[in-house]
Amino acid sequence: MSVLTIERKVLKKNDEIARRNRELFRQNKVFVVNLVSSPGSGKTSLLEKTLERLRGRVRVAVVEGDVQTDLDAKRVARFNVPVVQIVTNGGCHLEAQLVEDAVATMDLSGIQLLVIENVGNLVCPANYDLGEAMKIVVASTTEGDDKPLKYPPMFRNASVLVINKIDLLPYLNCTIAVLKENALRVNPKLTVFETSCRTDAGISQWCDWLEERVGKNA
Amino acid sequence: MHELSIAQNVIETVKQHIAEEDLWRVGSITMRIGELGGVMTDSLEFCYGALTADTPLSTSSLRIERVPFQIECLECHRSSLNERGFAVCPFCGSGNTKILSGDELHIIAIELNEAAETNI
Repeated sequence: MSVLTIERKVLKKNDEIARRNRELFRQNKVFVVNLVSSPGSGKTSLLEKTLERLRGRVRVAVVEGDVQTDLDAKRVARFNVPVVQIVTNGGCHLEAQLVEDAVATMDLSGIQLLVIENVGNLVCPANYDLGEAMKIVVASTTEGDDKPLKYPPMFRNASVLVINKIDLLPYLNCTIAVLKENALRVNPKLTVFETSCRTDAGISQWCDWLEERVGKNA
Repeated sequence: MHELSIAQNVIETVKQHIAEEDLWRVGSITMRIGELGGVMTDSLEFCYGALTADTPLSTSSLRIERVPFQIECLECHRSSLNERGFAVCPFCGSGNTKILSGDELHIIAIELNEAAETNI
């Protein structure tokens, strides 16, 4: 019997494509965020609010990832931004290759911010680098305040936490302080925003921060 | 179910390192997976078995070593284990920590059976 020692990452191929994507984004000076969360947390609503507020301030493009339908791409297209829909046909996460193919169909020149909205799933997308500058995890109050403890990899791999649907707090057994505390135990470096896409609470703070980050990338 | 995609990547890696005619000799594939790497061992083994059935790799199997989640505090310089994946230093409470291990997803080694042994 012989043993061949190879010591390599299982997702090396994905990481190599992600590196290629990152280089393409760097050359085009595009700031790229990978928006992740469980289904129904309000990723697309937050994106719509962001597109509305950043209109005329930041040139944005969007890659939408879903298991099925182009419903999200249609919602986003109303804001007159370039959008490509990836349908994974059952795939539970986006991989770097899918993003590379999607971006190849876009004209990135002049784009300052690319938002990749991942498939709604709090587990699998955590493992896949797409070439983004950062992952932004959206956690809605209706999911409860224990999610960071139950799904630590996603919160650990994100740089920003957006706590969405804060308008519903009076009706829920979810405490913002506990949600934040749990998230910060898993990832003490998280930047946290609190938003409501119905009342617009916190949307301007979130968008101002995002615009500033895009500015730093120029 | 990203374990299916991970199993596909494992098979691809094996094929990159082992010649087509020697694939049937592959015995076990040693993997190192972090406790908080977000991968289910049972599910990964199931997917690997399903993907390799009726192929030259059908008699091979995964040998999975789990690695505990460990952090190092950059303030008090002590390291600690935490099975829940908390990255706050339990000694001084600092959040300025570095993850030492626990999120690995690596293939370490491929074991090959001798041609003469099995090829009777």
